Amino acid sequence: MCLAVPARIIELLPEGMARAEVGSVVKELNLCLVDDVEVGEYVIVHVGFALSRLEPDEAEATLALFAEAGMLGEDEDDTAVGRA
Amino acid sequence: MTAIKRAYPRPLDLKTGRVDLSHGSGGRAMAQLIEELFETHFDNPWLAQRNDQACFAVDAGRMVMTTDGFVISPLFFPGGDIGSLAVHGTINDVAMAGARPLYLAVGMILEEGFPLGELALIVRSMADAAKAAGVAIVTGDTKVVERGKGDGVFITTTGVGVVPPGVEISATRARPGDAVLLSGSIGDHGVAVLSKRESLSFETELLSDSAALHGLVAAMVEAVPGIHAMRDPTRGGLAALLNEIARESRVGIVVREDAIPVSTPVRGACELLGLDPLYVANEGKLAAFCAPEDAGRLLAAMRAHPLGREAAIIGEVIDDPDGFVQMHTSFGGNRIVDWLAGEQLPRIC
Amino acid sequence: MSVRYIDEFRDGTLARTLAERIRTEARPERRYHLMEFCGGHTHAIFRYGVPDLLPENVRLIHGPGCPVCVLPIPRVAHALQLALDHRVVLCTYADLLRVPGPERETLLKAKAGGGDVRMVYSASDALAIARAAPDRQVVFFAIGFETTTPPTAVVLKQAKALGLANFTVHCNHVLTPPALAGLLDSPDAQVPGALPLDGFIGPAHVSAVIGSRPFEPHVERYRRPLVIAGFEPLDVMQAILMLIRQLNEGRCQVENEYTRVVTRDGNVKAQALMAEVFELRERFEWRGLGELPASALRIREKYAGFDAERRFTLADTHATDNKACECPDVLRGLKQPTECKLFATVCRPDNPIGACMVSSEGACAAYYTFGRARERRHVPA
Repeated sequence: MCLAVPARIIELLPEGMARAEVGSVVKELNLCLVDDVEVGEYVIVHVGFALSRLEPDEAEATLALFAEAGMLGEDEDDTAVGRA
Repeated sequence: MTAIKRAYPRPLDLKTGRVDLSHGSGGRAMAQLIEELFETHFDNPWLAQRNDQACFAVDAGRMVMTTDGFVISPLFFPGGDIGSLAVHGTINDVAMAGARPLYLAVGMILEEGFPLGELALIVRSMADAAKAAGVAIVTGDTKVVERGKGDGVFITTTGVGVVPPGVEISATRARPGDAVLLSGSIGDHGVAVLSKRESLSFETELLSDSAALHGLVAAMVEAVPGIHAMRDPTRGGLAALLNEIARESRVGIVVREDAIPVSTPVRGACELLGLDPLYVANEGKLAAFCAPEDAGRLLAAMRAHPLGREAAIIGEVIDDPDGFVQMHTSFGGNRIVDWLAGEQLPRIC
Repeated sequence: MSVRYIDEFRDGTLARTLAERIRTEARPERRYHLMEFCGGHTHAIFRYGVPDLLPENVRLIHGPGCPVCVLPIPRVAHALQLALDHRVVLCTYADLLRVPGPERETLLKAKAGGGDVRMVYSASDALAIARAAPDRQVVFFAIGFETTTPPTAVVLKQAKALGLANFTVHCNHVLTPPALAGLLDSPDAQVPGALPLDGFIGPAHVSAVIGSRPFEPHVERYRRPLVIAGFEPLDVMQAILMLIRQLNEGRCQVENEYTRVVTRDGNVKAQALMAEVFELRERFEWRGLGELPASALRIREKYAGFDAERRFTLADTHATDNKACECPDVLRGLKQPTECKLFATVCRPDNPIGACMVSSEGACAAYYTFGRARERRHVPA
């Protein structure tokens, strides 16, 4: 329910802060809620704080699921069940 | 210059000097301010006469007149300042009638304590903008208000221009079937200004798109003298413009999200802050409405001009008694583009 | 150039693919009533026109997951008292500025009336304001579900470490699982047929914080599947497909569509921080939903020195919403916005009467702003 966007970490700063980029716009954010974030990783940003990492592999897997939906035949298929 | 040196003991102190109440009092200090800043930079025969008004001949025909107040904060932003904004903004309002802008008048309200150096920058910026546009600032006024009673500088500009014969551009003239054209990407100005606001500050290379559009308009009117309606999407963004035209012309409008150019930094900033680019202000763009058979020619004329390279046909006018502005989203569904309720504010939710 | 991990999830071609799949798999002989709990999902659904891509027998019902919408009037009154009577610097997220309190007073109007009300993007900004102005009392008016709570916890810890004497927080954080339970426990929900609710689209970023596990007891107890979905419209479509499949197969599980961000455990560090700073209130009044037990947070004794409710004397008002306002029913999904007499007549985003219209996440506001051409059959010329 809360607006949070994927941002790419471009620089780590002192005191748990970092600079991160969304569509070429750069903002400072607070990393203290997520451990061991490295430059190049993606995090989800909400009100100036990173709340969680975004896992690129899972993102690709989800996109593949969407595409797969178009390749399924008329019969129902169980493949599109995400991990809970 | 020697004449000025004789009239005043020293030149204006642009390094450390500040506006004080004497600059608005009508005495020598005010005269010096006007001479060394306004007259020097605006530099034209009308101002040189030092009258309280400017006199000029008018060709028989139709004139347009417009006025605008500029209260922007911060005063200096990436891509411009309150001065260039004031000149461009008023030139554009004249141009939106299809008119050629001729002259500008400037009223400045200065706050006591405002640094003279910054004022000089603003005045120079106005002069450069006016010169580049080929429009003279022929008359003006200066007042000073006490510290705390003004936000540094407020500027009011009034402009006059002439409309060529056969040109009838009005918000009331859009008709079902008309094409809707946009001259370029939206949201640049608003986002560039927001980036400097405290508490929202973010880094971007994005510049305000503030520009004088009369050259583009002249090319458009030459290609298609029968343009129906035209407006620039300033406050309230493209959404406000479309809703205004829909209301005044009593029509509906449908646009396609895919066709509306939005630059990546604008998208990034809007995603970050929860803003909709449709509602973000622009200062160097315009939208035009023309008969469908003219759309191709109009688009070509826009794209041939430096300020219209990214021009696009973004939608069409339809018959709609409810006057909705609708958008086919890039996702495939429909939404309406409503009037803004109050000021658009960043969301957390 | 696209914005990474956003644009791919809004792709129109994939949307058509998913729409076709939903159409194929939704059994024509039944209806599917799916509630998106979260206001962010409501906003996305209307902003992208998702209902246009769904078959007629798949209906989306809009839930109460909008923390601004459910903030009760007496709490808004506190904010106004802080700004106008106690003359603090009142820092808040922009979403709150237009919420009508008693006598339709808003923080925006209070600002116009001389109150020092400041919009902040982050709780950290409020802390910075306090540090920069040691002679002023600064109050951060904190709202939000579990997504927004950890940042407030961080800032309270920082304030304590700094020993700030002029910074307090007015805590209005609320919890999602109890709200979900409150919805399903309400008397109306017990009447058979009154609330046709077959499944839930679960919140994206609340789940990023609390994990998917807290929703498992609900699915057990209320026997309705729940699929956690990301915020992008393709996420929502995929979650709808997953719910349809569960319902067709008679399954009832918590599933996670938003695997790129949400795990079963959630953000353990954030949860620990919340637990350290906050504790449960016994009860809390939700605008439109009534009193729900163990559904909201207050600041622990350990951080009492930073609790605005303890530092300032705040009067309680007993204002109620307009009688004709149907928000309670809309928030619970019992009514659609168009079924409220006030909708789009008196009650509009620029003049909100009830909770559902005050924030762009509210069902009524989202519908009004994006969707109200929908009830017409319109074919463009």
